[in-house]
Amino acid sequence: MAAELLDRSVAWSVLTIVPPLVLAALALPLGRRAVPWLPLAGAAGLVAAALALALQVRAHGPLRLELGGWEAPLGIALQADGFGALMVLTTAVVGAAVMVHALVEFRHPTGGESRAGLAFWPLALFLLAALNAVFLGADLFNLYVALEVMGLAAVALVTIEGGAAALVAGMRYLLVALAGSLAYLLGVALIYAQYGVLDLESLAERIAAGAAPDSTMAALVLMTVGLLAKTALFPLHVWLPPAHANAPAPASALLSALVVKASFCLVVRLWFDVFAPVATAAAAQLLGLLGAAAILWGSVLALRQDRLKLMVAYSSVAQIGYLFLLFPLAGGAASLPWAAAAWSGGIFHAVSHAVAKASMFLAAGTIIHALGHDRITGISGAAHRLPITVLAIGLAGLTLIGLPPSGGFVAKWLLLNAALAAGQWWWALVMLAGGLLAAGYVFSALSQTLAAAPDGFAIRPVPLRMELAPLALALLSALLGIVAYEPLALLAIGRPAVAVEGLP
Amino acid sequence: MTPFPLYALAGVALVAIGLHGLFACVHLLRRILAVNIIGGGVFLVFGAVAARDPASGPDPVPHAMVITGIVVAVSATAFALVLAWRIHRATGRSTLAEDDPSPGA
Repeated sequence: MAAELLDRSVAWSVLTIVPPLVLAALALPLGRRAVPWLPLAGAAGLVAAALALALQVRAHGPLRLELGGWEAPLGIALQADGFGALMVLTTAVVGAAVMVHALVEFRHPTGGESRAGLAFWPLALFLLAALNAVFLGADLFNLYVALEVMGLAAVALVTIEGGAAALVAGMRYLLVALAGSLAYLLGVALIYAQYGVLDLESLAERIAAGAAPDSTMAALVLMTVGLLAKTALFPLHVWLPPAHANAPAPASALLSALVVKASFCLVVRLWFDVFAPVATAAAAQLLGLLGAAAILWGSVLALRQDRLKLMVAYSSVAQIGYLFLLFPLAGGAASLPWAAAAWSGGIFHAVSHAVAKASMFLAAGTIIHALGHDRITGISGAAHRLPITVLAIGLAGLTLIGLPPSGGFVAKWLLLNAALAAGQWWWALVMLAGGLLAAGYVFSALSQTLAAAPDGFAIRPVPLRMELAPLALALLSALLGIVAYEPLALLAIGRPAVAVEGLP
Repeated sequence: MTPFPLYALAGVALVAIGLHGLFACVHLLRRILAVNIIGGGVFLVFGAVAARDPASGPDPVPHAMVITGIVVAVSATAFALVLAWRIHRATGRSTLAEDDPSPGA
């Protein structure tokens, strides 16, 4: 029975995309009647489908599916390798925890569902479907459509509570996201003019077959710059902190954990799977340099914030920087012994950070729910009243700092080893400095919560579920280092040729 | 001479004009229009790509992509206009003011 369910022919990849779309469309007309069964059914179904897809890829290797039997260039193809399956699984797990938390977050004080909540369910489900479509897309143009659906849902999630600051932050995010997608689309046009295909696999073959003309390089630059703006890599990060800090906490969690990772994963796919012969070592060094600047700049700004959510958002700017150290360490035309460690480490960091950052934003949401604000100077005493939430922040902090046994530790350890093996010790210095700075901002927030509560410390009671969802994610991120073997083995399936050398 | 370079260059020129507008203009309506001009430029490049080989006639795949792209652009523009209108209603301004009101927690 189980073996039949995991057969190659079962389209689990479709089941991670279509059901959330259908449920999102249903959630609109159903409104209040859809809560709580629809979000919970969506979350459970997504986790099941993602888990099945991961097991299927483990059993059969990379899978490819032509929808409706239509082949490229007209059909829509989906591909699932270990990388895609792991990101889909991360999306499902983070999405499920966020849904559980949001069921409480959006409950109206007088009972029933708040207006923001009614907008949240369809948007969140659209977002999860679009994320999976980005992780599994096999064709440059369908990836563009998936990116746009993701971007519009993400911006709408920022603005659902309708405050002036959130509206302005959302508008800025929207303009950046649209300009980024159009830059990407122009790159797609250049590629199509040159090669006449959009399918990633056939495109990779054609690029590898002949000397690439200048227009290929121009297309890669356009697509990369567009995606970097969506990923908020320094210096294109300015839109991120206000957008992520002003969104409701469950939306912030989805945005910081998953949305910025989707465009990052697409850059990785383009650079390693498709354009590997074109991507030069100098360009990879430049991406690493921007990543290093993001680590230092984001961490320093995170230390200086006086609001918890802004601190967590600037921390995302810094942690996004680590992801881009993958390029100088694993990139370049030659396949080098440390490339596999760097490639796996960078992507494992995307997963660990997704889990940890979602936990931190949800925990910040719980604190706002209980205290009515998130000023760091005003959260003294929180540890006595909300011990589970503060524990979640501490455990998730392990990944941001890179302490064992967290997933962040394993990811940074892999990157650090690759940097030393490659003789590019400067990246190691930046990573260590980033770890120290992260320890600074995590501990300064934690020590505030441990201080004695001021007189007249009032707190609104918090349902246990709202504390358990961030704790579950935090425990997962803290223990991901111990069970790192499984996700790393999954990642190795269908790994790009450049990163196959060496271990793990 | 095939029309390909002419239309492709006109498309790229539109992208440049739109980019200038996006960065130089302050009023939100102008910036939304600028994004649409960039989009129009990209679609024109696609149109030119479809006609790149006069011998074999127009290629339908870029046309299909432009139609899809227009659907995306219409929805994105509608959403952007609503956001701009809501910003005007909430703040009385039609710009992304630098002095953002301090975010209410």
